[in-house]
Amino acid sequence: MARALITVPKAPRRGEEIEIRVLIAHPMETGHRVDATGRRVPRSLIRRFTCHYDGELVLAAELHPAVAANPYFAFYTIARDSGTLTFVWQGDDGFARTESVRIDVT
Amino acid sequence: MSRRTRGACRGTRALPTGRRGDAVAIVASVIAGCAAALVFSGARADTSGPGTAAVSAAAPEVSAGVRRSGLEDLQPATRAMQLDDGQNPGMLWVIEGESAWARRPDPAAPSCADCHDDARRTMRGVAARYPAFDAGLARPVDLGQRIDLCRTRHQGTAPFGPETAPRLQLEAFVAHQSRGLPIAPPDDARLAEFRARGALQYRTRMGQLDLACADCHDRNAGRRLGGSLIPQGHPTGYPIYRLEWQAAGSLQRRLRGCLTGVRAQPHAYDAVEAVELQLHLMRRAAGMPIETPAVRP
Repeated sequence: MARALITVPKAPRRGEEIEIRVLIAHPMETGHRVDATGRRVPRSLIRRFTCHYDGELVLAAELHPAVAANPYFAFYTIARDSGTLTFVWQGDDGFARTESVRIDVT
Repeated sequence: MSRRTRGACRGTRALPTGRRGDAVAIVASVIAGCAAALVFSGARADTSGPGTAAVSAAAPEVSAGVRRSGLEDLQPATRAMQLDDGQNPGMLWVIEGESAWARRPDPAAPSCADCHDDARRTMRGVAARYPAFDAGLARPVDLGQRIDLCRTRHQGTAPFGPETAPRLQLEAFVAHQSRGLPIAPPDDARLAEFRARGALQYRTRMGQLDLACADCHDRNAGRRLGGSLIPQGHPTGYPIYRLEWQAAGSLQRRLRGCLTGVRAQPHAYDAVEAVELQLHLMRRAAGMPIETPAVRP
């Protein structure tokens, strides 16, 4: 299960400060826990999250074991031109997910 | 508590304390349970006379006027998390259930939507009246069990099984269609005996700590146990996203947690006793709005 919920204003005014909110389904398993049989649960973390606005980096974050499951980010940028916001999550075991959202600046 | 508070950058939900293993959670609940025994040992002397060993003396049931959903007592950050679909992690289960609704388990079998059409219309209010009586089994079933019965009877596939991700996702999606509607337990005479047994179970002391549900959730609701508020225990938002679980879970899982906390034998998943207790809880919460997916600490 690796669904993402992305909330962005669809038609902001030019120059407006917009809030971008993203939530992704991910267990963020630390690798420090053991299961009921005593075996260590292998680490499975999202290591890096980035957001690009038409190719320009808006936010980059490194994630660590203390981050809870289903990580949520909320951050701001300025709506300059109509374009595409691209979100990329990368993690252990080749976890990679990309989502794009189009915004039309009026 | 810091684990419910967003970081200054409004970034990720950092929950170091929520990441404890089940063993630690059990220890914590046992400690909490021991505290309960101490707290209640004084109170019990005044409320229960001789000869009331098994069933708690008739506790005043939380009356309609003062009933509170756990939502009202959440910390502001957790409350905001539930009320905003963009950050409510339970919505991840709902949207996954939405795509499962339209998906055929195999090309020959019908999808949920093939029979039930648009869930927004056909599933509205369904969660508000479950558990419901199943004529085939001659006993009541909850919403998750109904989904598995649909799997075997109409889709001709294996049931998902209790507490599995796909069953929780579909249950969350179906229950979400009733959000805002009042809980409306059906007036089905066949449910009466099961509901009565659930009510008895609610008042019966159990486990090594010798506590009934009513001891905490009627008599001492609103007070604190090990730093946590004792809720009235209304099942308004199941499946819930629980920060301690770091995942969504069913009412059955929550009840098993309570039973383990008083050191009683938890119900087996999908056992009739678990459904009986749910029947009583839903009647007790009748009229309160459904919140699915709720977020709780």
